Formats: sequence, C-alpha cells, structure tokens
Amino acid sequence: MSDQGPFYQRDRSWHPAAFTPQYKTSVLRSPQYPLLSLDNTISEMTGPRFGHNKIGPLDNDLIRNFAKAGDPIGQRIIVYGRVLDENARPVPGALVEFWQANAGGRYRHKKETYLAAIDPNFGGCGRTITDEEGRYWFRTIKPGAYPWPNGVNDWRPAHIHFSIFGHAFAQRLITQMYFEGDPMIWQCPIVSTIPDKAGIEQLVAALDRNATLPMDAMAYKFDIVLRGRRSTMFENRMEGN
Amino acid sequence: MVQKLTTLKESPSQTAGPYIHIGATPNWVEITGVWEEDLGLVLVGSETKGERIIIKGRVFDGSRTPLKDALIEIWQADADGLYNSPEEKRGKADPNFVGWGRQPTDGVTGDYKFETIKPGRVPYKDGRLMAPHITFWIVARGINIGLHTRMYFSDEEAANGQCPVLGRIEHKHRVQTLIAARGEENGLATYTFDIHLQGEKETVFFDI
Ligand SMILES: [Fe+2]
Repeated sequence: MSDQGPFYQRDRSWHPAAFTPQYKTSVLRSPQYPLLSLDNTISEMTGPRFGHNKIGPLDNDLIRNFAKAGDPIGQRIIVYGRVLDENARPVPGALVEFWQANAGGRYRHKKETYLAAIDPNFGGCGRTITDEEGRYWFRTIKPGAYPWPNGVNDWRPAHIHFSIFGHAFAQRLITQMYFEGDPMIWQCPIVSTIPDKAGIEQLVAALDRNATLPMDAMAYKFDIVLRGRRSTMFENRMEGN
Repeated sequence: MVQKLTTLKESPSQTAGPYIHIGATPNWVEITGVWEEDLGLVLVGSETKGERIIIKGRVFDGSRTPLKDALIEIWQADADGLYNSPEEKRGKADPNFVGWGRQPTDGVTGDYKFETIKPGRVPYKDGRLMAPHITFWIVARGINIGLHTRMYFSDEEAANGQCPVLGRIEHKHRVQTLIAARGEENGLATYTFDIHLQGEKETVFFDI
C-alpha cells in the first residue's frame, strides 16, 4: 500500500469561500458558478520539482539577501517548521517562497503607497527547499502591521506570505503566517475569510523560546500542511470492472 | 466517542495579496540582486521538442476590468504528452522542457503572455485520451484560494469533442470558455485565452 492515489478532496468549508464581502476586492473576483469537481488526472497529480541548485546561499536570509550598507531595521527572527501532507508525512523537496513588508509595514513595490519608510537594506523576499524531513527555515525581521484600503481604518496584522509547491500541481497553495499573541489577527477582514477559528489558529506561528538564539533572534514555528493522497489499497480496478 | 483519525487538515488558503510579485517575480518589480532570474519565465529552449506557440490574454473581474496584479502559473505535458515530474510513471519526458511557467499580468494593461510548446495528449484515469490542454492556476488580491482551470486548443476540434473532462461540463455553452482561439503573429501560432472570473462569460474553474 502506498500513497499513489488521487488527492483527498479539498475541504472547501475549511478554506475561505471565494465570495467574502467583508474583503471587498473578493466581490468582483469570485466565481459565481460552482466549481466543476474533477477527480485528479495525471495533469493534476504531477507537478514541477525544483532542484536545490536553483537556490542561492542567501535566499533564505532576508536580513542579508538585499542589504546594501548594514542590516535592516527591526526585530530579528527565525521562522522554521515542516511541510507535511494530510497524512502527517513530511513533504521533502518542496519549494517554499515567502515575502513580507519591512519592520514599518512597508512593502518594496512600485504600487505601494503607505507612508511608512522603505528600508534600504530590506528587499522582503526569500525562498528555500524543504529537506528530507520536510523541514525549512529562514531568517528575517518581524514585519510591521499596515493599513490597507478596505474599510477606512482596516489594518493587516503582522504577517508573512507563503507560497508552497508540493509534489503535484493539485497541492499548490498560497497562504499567510501570523504571529502568536497579535490582537490584530482577530480584527482582520482577510483573516476572517477563514470560516473556522481552528483554521485561523492553524496559521498562527508559535513563539518557540527553545529555538530562539540567545542575544540574537527570536524563533517562530510554522508548520504547513498540503493535501495528502489516497492510498491505492483497493483501487487497482481496470477499465470496465 | 470513537477513535481519532490521524489525518491533518490542509493549511487554509489566504489571498496572494497585491504584492505577490515580491515573492514570485521580484526582478519584475525591481527587487534585483537577490536572485538572478525569476522562476518560470522561460519554458522553451532551442532543444525543446514540439510546436512553438504563444499564449496570451487577460484576466477579467466581474465588471470586465482586467486584473493588473494577478499571477498566472501554467503546467503542461511535453509534445509527446508526458509530464516532466517524478510523479510521471508512464515514461521519461523531454529533458529540455520543464512544463511549468509563471507570469504576472502587466501592471498597466493586464496582459499576460507565455511562450511554450503545444502539449501532446494525456490519458484520463480510465485510459481514454484527453484533448491537449494546459493547466492554469490564477492567484491575485481578492482571490481567496487559487483558481484552477484548463486551456484547450481551438484547432483540436475532434479531440476536444472526445475529451472526457470537457464532456463533464453540463452547460455546453460554457465549454467555449476553456478553448483558446488560434491565430498567427510573426509566423508563430498564437492562442488567445482570456479568463473571466465572473459574469456572463465566467470561465469554468475546477475543484481538482
Ligand atoms: Fe501582505
């Protein structure tokens, strides 16, 4: 028995719905027809794999990978965790990409207009590939909260965006990581698109004093779960059987 | 009480937001020097087998305004219908074709464009052949969970007519939303594939 079957059906009640009026941009960008359910074909059960050779030595170090003259401003942190599937097995070789605002809550992007200062030593992007046990880690500074045009006074909690490639295109996922203890999490119209409180808590990274580097950087643990595959125990029927 | 299952829940999706380019295509938003080249920009090299094609289009919201902050990924088989993936058990795909691409929609016009090859046919789970197709995945601000769809080819009428996936679409007029029209530009076959998130021409999206 091995996990070679199609992926478990995505639990759409665990994910945000497409149409979530409290997050205004979703109103015109949400499909209204039901999605067409498709048991996976080879097209979805395969996916690109990214070699470690694509990744540079500073790609997972946001403190150093853009710095020109000194370190970025902000609280130094380490983010680490594992990429697992729904069967609780590690996903090795997964490409994990992350991007974030600087300590003041400002993104380095030409369309960003928030008045907080750009940090000349902070780019805000990084990436890494999980090891054999599905582990990843990177170093960065803690991003700031920022205001955004939705309500007149809506603020995003501090967060880091994540994009994850597993082994199949069906597993493709983009999500966000929040920080333990942040009261803004519970006031955010984007966070609240997730229907279940336990679902939101799954995206809140835990402060881990044991992984903290003394006199250097605090550590947060953030595990990510991708879809798991069915086992093929009774699925070897041929066509017509 | 019953025994507990040992499965985990998938991490809930959250929108890619307006600044996904910082993570996915940093050089495209002038964050340079972190890594040399954004992933997924180039699919085809001189050694790649198959007919060169261009795919272009836009992604429209429910007011028919093109999205200028979307990111599109494509995933496709090689010219012989094999995927360049360790999960591909049917044979060895063209080593000069990865089959995965990633492009932002233009920040001013909303246009996207891929230069790739036309894929071969791939079997459905019961062995029948699906029509040639390319899987699309669309994320953007306001999209809470990435949208999966497929692009098919207008010059593959017979194959499209037999495709078991297209055959599952109940409202037949909606099949057209997945078929890109073939044209020609500078001697290259060009397929236009507009994606409509909402409205009369809403694209068929899949729960895969
Ligand atoms: Fe953000």
